[in-house]
Amino acid sequence: MTTRIYLDHNATTPPAPEVVDGMTRSLREAFGNASSIHAEGQRAKAAVDDARTEVARLIGAEPGDIIFTGGGTEADNLAIRGVLDAAAPTRSRLVVGGIEHEAVINTAKALAKRGSAVTVLRVDRDGLVDPGALADALADDVALVSVMTANNETGVIQRVAEFARLAHGHGALFHTDAVQAVAKIPVDVAALEVDLLALAAHKFGGPKGVGALWLRRGTLLSGVITGGRQERNRRAGTENVPAIVGFGVAARLARERLATDGPLVGALRARLESAILELIPGTAVNAAGAPRVPNTTNIAFENVEAESLLIALDLEGIAVSTGSACSSGTLEPSHVLRAMGLPHRRVQSSIRFSLGSTTTGEEIDRVLAVLPGVVQRLRAVGRR
Amino acid sequence: MSVVQSKRIVVAMSGGVDSSVAAALLKESGYDVIGLSMQLYDQREGDVTFGSCCTIDDLHDARRVAVSLGIPHYIINLERRFEETVVANFVHEYLAGRTPLPCAHCNSELKFAELIDRASAFGADEVATGHYARVDQDQATGRWRLLRGVDSTKDQAYFLFPLTQAQLAHAVFPLGHLRKTEVRELARAQGLPVADKRDSQEICFVPNNDYASVVARRAPEAVLPGRIEDTSGHLVGQHEGIHHFTIGQRKGLGISAPAPLYVVRIDAGTRTVVVGAKTDLERSALEATSVNWIAGGEPSGPVRATAQIRYRHAPAAATIEPLGTARARIVFDTPQPAITPGQAVVFYDGDEVLGGGWISATLR
Repeated sequence: MTTRIYLDHNATTPPAPEVVDGMTRSLREAFGNASSIHAEGQRAKAAVDDARTEVARLIGAEPGDIIFTGGGTEADNLAIRGVLDAAAPTRSRLVVGGIEHEAVINTAKALAKRGSAVTVLRVDRDGLVDPGALADALADDVALVSVMTANNETGVIQRVAEFARLAHGHGALFHTDAVQAVAKIPVDVAALEVDLLALAAHKFGGPKGVGALWLRRGTLLSGVITGGRQERNRRAGTENVPAIVGFGVAARLARERLATDGPLVGALRARLESAILELIPGTAVNAAGAPRVPNTTNIAFENVEAESLLIALDLEGIAVSTGSACSSGTLEPSHVLRAMGLPHRRVQSSIRFSLGSTTTGEEIDRVLAVLPGVVQRLRAVGRR
Repeated sequence: MSVVQSKRIVVAMSGGVDSSVAAALLKESGYDVIGLSMQLYDQREGDVTFGSCCTIDDLHDARRVAVSLGIPHYIINLERRFEETVVANFVHEYLAGRTPLPCAHCNSELKFAELIDRASAFGADEVATGHYARVDQDQATGRWRLLRGVDSTKDQAYFLFPLTQAQLAHAVFPLGHLRKTEVRELARAQGLPVADKRDSQEICFVPNNDYASVVARRAPEAVLPGRIEDTSGHLVGQHEGIHHFTIGQRKGLGISAPAPLYVVRIDAGTRTVVVGAKTDLERSALEATSVNWIAGGEPSGPVRATAQIRYRHAPAAATIEPLGTARARIVFDTPQPAITPGQAVVFYDGDEVLGGGWISATLR
C-alpha cells in the first residue's frame, strides 16, 4: 500500500515525536493536579509553567500573560466574550474582519443575538481587510476589533499592526486570531501591537484540545469558563497537563525551526503552485495578490467540483481540503472565498493545499504526477 | 509484489439496514467498495432533526457501518439538486392536484444519474443500492432488464421504472434475490451497527408524514381554500387547500354523511375537491406521460401486461397502448379503484419491468 501524502496541515498537523514523548511521560509521571499543594501538584504545576514559558517565547510575550485554554476556538471565545462582558456599557460594538474563522464569526453572531452591535469589515478580491472600512467602522462605541493574522483557507496575512493602531486611536481593543500564523511566520505581540492573541497547539505539531490566549497586561477581561481560580482566575478548570506539556514542546520546536522551516516549505509551495498552473489548464490561485503564509495555496480548478476532487485525491492517497467543513461531513460553500467576491462556480471549484514541516519534495512530485490525470478525468465526466 | 485489482464500486448508503447489507455483501464478494451518502437537505435548523431518512443521525450510522466494514465513506452534498428536482416537483405536483412519487424521481435523477457520474469520477464503473430489485442482461440482445426483487413484500422495482439502459448498465442490486428477513439476519451475523434499526417507511424529507406542511412551507401563496363538491356538483363542504387530498382518501374530509365519502377527483384549476361513493373511484383506463420503456424503444403496437398503479397495489391485467411522444394509454381488464394522477403506473411481464410512466389522467 502506498503511503499517504498529507497536505492538509492547516486543518491539523502530525505531532512531533518529542511532543508525544513529552506527553506520555507527563501522563505517566506527573499526574498531579497543578493546583494541589503537595509534591505531586507542584510537579504538575512546574510542567505547566515550563510549557507556559515556551509558548510565551514563541510569540515574544511574558509567561504571566498567557492563559491556557481548550484550543484556539476557546481562546477566541474568551477574547471576544471576555472583553465585551468587561467593557463599559457605552462600548458594546464589536468589529470583525470579513473572512474570520467561524470561531470568531459565530461568537459575534451569538453576541449580536444578545444585543451587541456587530460590524463586519469588507475585504477586497484577495481577502485583505479594507483599512478604509475599518476607519469608517471605528467609533466611540467600539469595544473590540478582531482581525485574524492569517487566514486558514487562503493563507492571506492581514496588516494587523496598522489595524491595531487604528483601533487604539479610537479607544478600542484589538484581538487577533493568530492560529494559522503562529509557527509559520514570526508572530510577536509587541510588533503586532495587539491586546489579545489566540493560538492553538495542534496547528504546529502539538496536541488538539489545547490553546492559549495572550492578554496584554491590564486588559479587562471577564472569564467565560468560570469555576476555580486556575490561570489567574481567567479560565477555570483543572489544567490538562499532558496537553499543555505537549503544547510547550511543540512551541519550543516551532521557535527553533521557524527560520529554516519557513523558506523550505515556501519553496515547496512555490514548486507545487507553479507546476499546477503550468501543467493543468484552467487553474488559478485565489488571493494570489496578497502576502500569504508560506505553506498555503488555494487553487481554483475550472469545471471541477471541489468535493469530487477531494474524494478522488483521497482515494489516490492524497489528503487536501477546502478549509471549510461542516458537521455532517460535507462541504460548506466557503464564506471566505465568497467574501472575496469570487463567483459561485469558482468557490465550488477551489481546494486548499497546506504543506507542513514534514512535507518532502518527493511528496510534491508524486502529487504532481497524479493530479493532472485526476483533474482530466473529473472534467471528462463532469457535466457542470 | 502483485496487486489484485478489485473492481471498484460505489454503494449509496443511507444508514439503513438494506444499503448497509448491500455494502457488506459487495465487500465480501471482493469488490473495492466506496460508501457514498447523499446529504439531501439542510440539517442545520436547530437541533431538531426532521425527516425520516438521511438525517445527520443516519449519515453517522452510514459512517459507522463503513468503519465496521473497513471501507472509505464520503458524504456528498446534493442539497441543491435534491431541492430543484425532487422537492420542487413534489410541491408542484400537489399544487396541480396530483399526488407525487418523489422516490422515483430521486432514484432516476439523483441516485442513478448523479451517483453514476460521481462513481465514474472516482474510478468506479458501477453504483449499487439496497433496493429490492434485480437487473440482468439478455445474453442474446445485450439489453439490460429490470426485474422485481424476489421478496414480493419488499420489492421496489416500482420505484425504478424511469431507469434507462445506460443507467441499468451501471446498476447493481445486491439484495434483489434476498428476502428482508435474510437481510436482517445477514446484518446481525456481520455485527453491523444498524442490524436492528427500524425501516424508514416515509418519504425521507417529510417529517411525521405531514405532506401538507411541506407544501405550505414552500409555496404559502399557492395554498388556497376551495369547494368540496359531490359528483353532481353540489357543494358539500370547504377545504383549506387541494394539497391536503389524494384520490381515494376517506379521512379528513370534514364532512358528515350517511355513507362513506371518498375523494374521487381533484381539480386544481377550480380548486375543487370532488367526493363520491366507493364505486365512483373505479376507472378502467388511464393516460400516462413521460413513459419510459426499459428496453429502450417504444413498442410499435399494444402490449399485454400487468400494470401497477401505486406501490401497494397488486398489478392488474391490462393492455398498454403506446400513443407516441412518450405517452401511453393503459386499459385494465377490470376497473381499478383510486387511480391517482401523479403516481406512477408500471407495467410488467411477470417479474420483468417493461416500463412505466406518470399517471396524468384517468378514463372511465
